[in-house]
Amino acid sequence: MRFAPGRRRFLVAAGVLGGGLLIGYGLFRERDLLGSPDLLPVEADEIALNAWLKVAADGRVTVAVPRAEMGQGVYTALPMLVAEELGAAWADVHAEQAPIDKVYGNITVMADAAPLDPHDEGIMATAVRWTLARAGRVLGVQVTGGSTSVRDAWLPMRAAGAAARDMLVRAAAARLEVPPEALEAVDGRIVHAASGRALAFGALASEAAALAPPERFTFRPPQARRLLGKPLPRTDVPAKVDGSARFGCDVRHAGMVYAAIRIAPVFGGALERFDRTALENSPGVIGVIPLADALAVVGRTWWHAEHALAATTVEFSPGPGAGTSHEDLFARYAEALAADDGFAYEDQGDARGALAGADVLRAEYRAPLLAHACMEPMNCTVRLGDGTAEIWCGNQAPDLLRLIAADQLGLEPEQVTLHTPFLGGGFGRRAEPDFMRYAIAIAQAVPDQTVQLLYSREQDLQHDTYRPPVLSRFAARLDGDGRIAAWHNRIAGPSVSQATIGRAFPDLPLGGPDKTSAEGAAHLAYAVPDRRVEHTRVDIPVPCGFWRSVGHSYNAFFTECFIDELAAAAGADPLAFRLAHLAARPRESAVLRLLESASAWHESLPAGRARGLALHESFHSIVGQVAEVSIADGRVVVHRVVCVIDCGEVVNPDIVIAQMESGIVFGLTAALYGEVRLDDGRVTQGNFPDYRMLTLKEMPRIETHVIASGAEPGGVGEPGTPPIAPAVTNAVSRLLRRRVRQLPLNAALES
Amino acid sequence: MNVSLRINGQAHTLETEPQVPLLWILRDVLHLTGTKFGCGIAACGACTVHVDGRAMRSCTLPVSAVDGKEITTIEGLGAARLHALQQAWIRHQVPQCGYCQSGMLMAAAALLAEHPQPDDATIDRAMTNICRCGTYQRVRRAIHDAAGQSG
Repeated sequence: MRFAPGRRRFLVAAGVLGGGLLIGYGLFRERDLLGSPDLLPVEADEIALNAWLKVAADGRVTVAVPRAEMGQGVYTALPMLVAEELGAAWADVHAEQAPIDKVYGNITVMADAAPLDPHDEGIMATAVRWTLARAGRVLGVQVTGGSTSVRDAWLPMRAAGAAARDMLVRAAAARLEVPPEALEAVDGRIVHAASGRALAFGALASEAAALAPPERFTFRPPQARRLLGKPLPRTDVPAKVDGSARFGCDVRHAGMVYAAIRIAPVFGGALERFDRTALENSPGVIGVIPLADALAVVGRTWWHAEHALAATTVEFSPGPGAGTSHEDLFARYAEALAADDGFAYEDQGDARGALAGADVLRAEYRAPLLAHACMEPMNCTVRLGDGTAEIWCGNQAPDLLRLIAADQLGLEPEQVTLHTPFLGGGFGRRAEPDFMRYAIAIAQAVPDQTVQLLYSREQDLQHDTYRPPVLSRFAARLDGDGRIAAWHNRIAGPSVSQATIGRAFPDLPLGGPDKTSAEGAAHLAYAVPDRRVEHTRVDIPVPCGFWRSVGHSYNAFFTECFIDELAAAAGADPLAFRLAHLAARPRESAVLRLLESASAWHESLPAGRARGLALHESFHSIVGQVAEVSIADGRVVVHRVVCVIDCGEVVNPDIVIAQMESGIVFGLTAALYGEVRLDDGRVTQGNFPDYRMLTLKEMPRIETHVIASGAEPGGVGEPGTPPIAPAVTNAVSRLLRRRVRQLPLNAALES
Repeated sequence: MNVSLRINGQAHTLETEPQVPLLWILRDVLHLTGTKFGCGIAACGACTVHVDGRAMRSCTLPVSAVDGKEITTIEGLGAARLHALQQAWIRHQVPQCGYCQSGMLMAAAALLAEHPQPDDATIDRAMTNICRCGTYQRVRRAIHDAAGQSG
């Protein structure tokens, strides 16, 4: 591989991800946050005031959104940050995808990779944050993930709005010959209240653009906010109800061609034999393209390509995972735990000493392999020119994908244009480069044509980057007052971060702790004097990746179920037991108290129903959920979920509520049904009937309560997911009068 | 074979293999991309269109079976004026990623055409489309709302 400047940049990024990083914006010159207005493409009547916003002559304000819209609402929440400070009217505000530039980099996602307690504000943690802040700014990786979009945009995008407002005010002051202090920005106009005169943003934009941005920004005080905290309608919804929203697979050019693919069914296998003649004779087939580990067919329509592949046999050699079943992976984990203590992500007091004696409660939990199953199957469209490439794909990491594409094509990153249309689901899957790499290889074999690669549902399900299966063992002891005295948690599974980075940049030497392995297990809110949390890394022959809430997705299940076991051992109410360990954590306590009243926790339920509770902090938000559950015909039925979230500052409460609903359905689908099975190293399921999804008729009533604590903004895209599996499982365990310690629940009920 | 289709009120005549599913005629031949591909086996409903007013999953529907039929896609549902359901979808802010919503709306529109005031059990039976973002609660609420507006 060539060693381009962009690639060096990523080497540093990967090193930082491996070693740990925590970042703030505090040490940068404020003006540097604004970026150059020249970054934004403009129409004839538009003027960019900085890298984040344009004003059109008719007053239309277009905000450049540097994150991907995958349903989580960034095309609304991030423009709201700009519009609030700018003083724009919401009806005038539009969103468009930002280009690729370091000014749009996501510093927060890098910061969160540090294997530190997020509540640690000690001198060492602070020093680490300060030192690494600069590196994060230099790297500027444009990732959509880690529930960071609002958290990361909170300062720069409000600053962009405030700076532009200041420029418009000064332009109006010159025009009206009044001091700037006498002017206010209201609903798209600069208003001189004393004289009743006003000038529209559109009429001031060119004069404002000629002024220097301010040295420092003044933000509106919270009580003067007009947009933030309101349930404003999403900017992307109108296009999503009339069929005009464009996803990656909707890119259409005159004369374009379509590719279908078969990838080696055992991960890492190679293409061996195929019937070229049969494929070429199939109707509508334009080309047959053998690749190292896959076979692609290009057709007049995607169906012609897929139909040809479906009608013939393609043979592959088995990969290194041949012979592996999903059960084997847990046996490997058990062996690894017997042989190795792993890395201690938390070690306080002497947990092992305190657990050497009698009266120790032990439990072993398992979480299965899971697929993302985005509704829009993986796809990528490529058009290669002479020394240029244009790529369209729903993705969560445009600058990294552009680097990888440039490397594959032997181009400079600047010669590659990467478009990010709407994502038909992301959930971590679209941070990966695999489908783009295949599409580029296919395009190289079909010169001078736009080609779109689309995975069938079967290829999508069988060639995912999966949530790994994980094993977790607990040992704990209660003191004489029924409080947890000692807690020892040992986890085994692969390193998701290193797997992901290793696939993207195979030459990188990677090692060290991966914070995602123990997130949601280490640094729990509960006060326990002696505690130790270890993770033993075990590599598996299955590609694993980021899956909505990552480590939290399984660690919340393990820890919140085991907490219920300890509450039962103490003879305590599960909610009171948790509160007793949260005296020093007022936000968690407030979530539980609201949950207690909103769920009517102490009121009795009809026979055959039970409530289950879980509380979990992830991505700087605290979520508690109570599920009301029954079991009918051997299946778990969830009737109602009460959800309480404290995500600090609330930008758009309706989006917060929608993300809780979304996160709960995602987590509940997995808890009830989710399990990818391996046989002889290959995924045995192919489509929705055997990788089952929750449907409307199984949907519980979800009631969400948002606590506006005023703390720093937390994430909302992922934190709704982790608590639902333990909340439902705790209810199921109560109904069955035995502890269920593995997922999915419907399979566990059968065993 | 030669196939004549009326799609959203417009006549199309095309030469095609008879077994090509309608979905791919819409998406890859006519470039009407509002109708989505999700599974290819009529399991998820993302490809739902109306054929002579009935909801059909177009990914397994051979084009030969709809020769001469009246087809409505999401692009034609509210072409003159947004359908009551589309308006309710906006009021209730139903879509998230939005990929399944074309099919969801087409299924709901066929449901309301047959049952103008559906109860929850009827909605449960008719709305079997898969949404990975979990918009089901809002889908149900918006259907009830649209039924109330039109009823």
